[in-house]
Amino acid sequence: MAKVEFKHVEKVYENGFHAVHDLNLDIADGEFLVLVGPSGCGKSTALRMIAGLEDVSGGDLVIGDRRVNELPPQDRDIAMVFQSYALYPHMSVADNIAYGLKLRKMPKQEIDDRIKRAADMLELTANLDRKPAQLSGGQRQRVAMGRAIVRQPSVFLMDEPLSNLDAKLRVQMRAEISSVVRSLGTTTVYVTHDQVEAMTMGDRMAVMKAGFLQQAGSPQEVYDHPNNIFVAQFVGSPPMNLVKGKLQREGDGATLTIGPSTLAVPAAVFAERPGLADYSGRTVAVGARSEDMDDASLKGDAHPNSRLNGTVTLVEALGSEIVVHFDLDGEKVETEDTKLLAQEIGEEEIMGDEGTVKWVASFAPRSRVRMGDAVEIAVDVERLHWFDADSGESIR
Amino acid sequence: MALKITGSLDGKDLVFLPWSTPLEEWPAEYVVALPRGISRHVVRFTRIGNKVFAVKEIGAQLADHEYALLRRLRKRGVPCVKQIGVVHGREDADGNPLDSVLITRHLQFSLPYRAVFSGPLREDTLNRLVDALVLLLVRLHLVGFVWKDCSLSNTLFRRDAGDFAAYLVDAETGEMHDSIGAGLRGYDIETAMTNIAGELMDLQAGGKLPEHLDPVEIALDLPPRYERLWNLLNRPVSVSREDRHELDSHIRKLNELGFDIAELQVDGSSDAGKVRMRAQVVDPGHHSRRLMRLTGLDVGENQARRLLNDIDSYRAGQMAQGNASARDEQVCAHRWLTEVFEPVAAAVPESLAGKLEPAEIYHEVMEHRWFLSERLGHDAGQEAALVSYLEDVLSNKPDEQAVLGSRSGRVSDETQEIRLVLPPSSQ
Repeated sequence: MAKVEFKHVEKVYENGFHAVHDLNLDIADGEFLVLVGPSGCGKSTALRMIAGLEDVSGGDLVIGDRRVNELPPQDRDIAMVFQSYALYPHMSVADNIAYGLKLRKMPKQEIDDRIKRAADMLELTANLDRKPAQLSGGQRQRVAMGRAIVRQPSVFLMDEPLSNLDAKLRVQMRAEISSVVRSLGTTTVYVTHDQVEAMTMGDRMAVMKAGFLQQAGSPQEVYDHPNNIFVAQFVGSPPMNLVKGKLQREGDGATLTIGPSTLAVPAAVFAERPGLADYSGRTVAVGARSEDMDDASLKGDAHPNSRLNGTVTLVEALGSEIVVHFDLDGEKVETEDTKLLAQEIGEEEIMGDEGTVKWVASFAPRSRVRMGDAVEIAVDVERLHWFDADSGESIR
Repeated sequence: MALKITGSLDGKDLVFLPWSTPLEEWPAEYVVALPRGISRHVVRFTRIGNKVFAVKEIGAQLADHEYALLRRLRKRGVPCVKQIGVVHGREDADGNPLDSVLITRHLQFSLPYRAVFSGPLREDTLNRLVDALVLLLVRLHLVGFVWKDCSLSNTLFRRDAGDFAAYLVDAETGEMHDSIGAGLRGYDIETAMTNIAGELMDLQAGGKLPEHLDPVEIALDLPPRYERLWNLLNRPVSVSREDRHELDSHIRKLNELGFDIAELQVDGSSDAGKVRMRAQVVDPGHHSRRLMRLTGLDVGENQARRLLNDIDSYRAGQMAQGNASARDEQVCAHRWLTEVFEPVAAAVPESLAGKLEPAEIYHEVMEHRWFLSERLGHDAGQEAALVSYLEDVLSNKPDEQAVLGSRSGRVSDETQEIRLVLPPSSQ
């Protein structure tokens, strides 16, 4: 097992394309780190530099205690895994797991030992002599995992290993991979464009955009405290709702005016974000997660100054919650990041007509809102997210 | 969501296939029983008229990605299956969404690896198969394509004047770049080696691999073969200013492999009296393009080379007889086509026409004529060779054509959207 360190790492291709800029990222020994971001953000390039498949243009890449910039792939003790899930139908489970080791002319005893250890971990010991057709779906997936385990590298590298699988198998394999990697405790770097995978699988996630690292932290940390609008909207489903508003200090607290609505901002918000005080009298970008809003009619008279008004456009009753899509009067937040994300998920999802924005809230299941209703939305103002409207950076 | 079919005009009849049924459950009347490789997705073959198509159930984004990649590869002259269309918006009878589908044209006269490797297999045939796969990988890398899942299951083989040509079948894991470095090429080779070892071990486990073949040794031979070919294509050649023979030999060797030389880059003087030159290899297909220009025949690269040699011999014979029109290469090639090639193709009875494609039959007739002539000590003659070949050789071969049909006619490569908006209940 080994740590992996990027120290001011750069990658520039021959055609001049600058794929990775000044990457500084430490992956601890035994950590499961997920590199996530949209297509072209540099995450696969970063992974391939660890593997030695791409040269490092600048900076230092360290695996364990060795600088590996010039070290060929075969000498790095890493394994790119999950190129193929195909199980060979005439080979036994044992042979399916270990055929790669035979190719490398490993001694038979060592192969047998590795098979045994992998099978024990994967609960396949009783099935080693069986053929794949005799296994359940879950067991077949674990055989595919076994191929990676028997290689016993210091670092596992996985480049979008689930992207070619159907949705159901993807969910199953996600769970299998997480479980096995944690049992092994092997340092793992996993690349995905899917933020759900990033949130559910890794100890930490590192969000990249256009070759730059945006933020690294635990999934909950990144979700709760995004560094900027890009991270705020990329992480989380549905994406964070955004709107522009005018902030005005009043005593210890403030008011936030969004279109025709005014929210009271308590002093606690400024205590937690001292930088917000500099924005009095200015327009800010405000974000709200869907779960931080609810049907105001269920709140009685509580928090009368934390209400917004909208028009319901779609209601999705999911049993445990009701997902409500509504139009809100207010000014859109438009940055390069919001446009990029609109492209990723479909522009109609987050852009509304001029003067309105399209928001999504999760209401309690007992809400009775219907499509077309004028709805009052209670907002947990203390859980709002605050961003500079020009730079998109979080205000802290 | 409305069913949406995007594709070339060749696929217009595909609109009537049972898109609201999962592929695994397609009724037998829509399915052609052809051998399939190991695939992570459901794949079926279906016939429309005299054409066979491969239908693969796959996620929507992947379907579009693979369609676009195959299109780009074909435009770059890389041998691969032809993309026909993508079907999105499928739903079953209950309105539940089904995966999208990628449709490709089945490659006629192609052989999946299980068919090739599990029959009687001589060592030189094995060498040619591995060489074909290596050549395909090199051609892919030259155009900037990283496969990331090169395997025998993702490849089809077709006979090509006694050799084999390999065709890429599955591009879903692939990426296209301006160029790729040694690291990514190495990764592709490593993946190919591992996959091929597994596939051959599986054949062995099923008792289908000839006993004298060792899957590990075959797989391990792949990287050095690749490196040899890659170096041949990319290494600089030192040439004496007085002696061009080495350069001529080098270029000839590259041509024989089917590669053109676009330009020679002078890297600057190295040793005294020598100039370092590097052949820049561009799109292959040198011989097949020349043959197409001269005769309109569309055949594999090795077949084209063989036929061009035959045209050259024919032309030499005509000129020796004092035939003035033989000086014109185009005119002579046309005469060869009508007086030599087409009579051979026409002489094959319909019952045997499915055995091999016409250019391959012609090649084998020429080979057979040579062997007969060697045995007799004099030229056996075309007619006698043809009769003997049909009776003693072709009639004993298995069919390699998937369906009766021909490769005539050019299909438009233009993609257009055929928007078929049907209410879900009428799919």
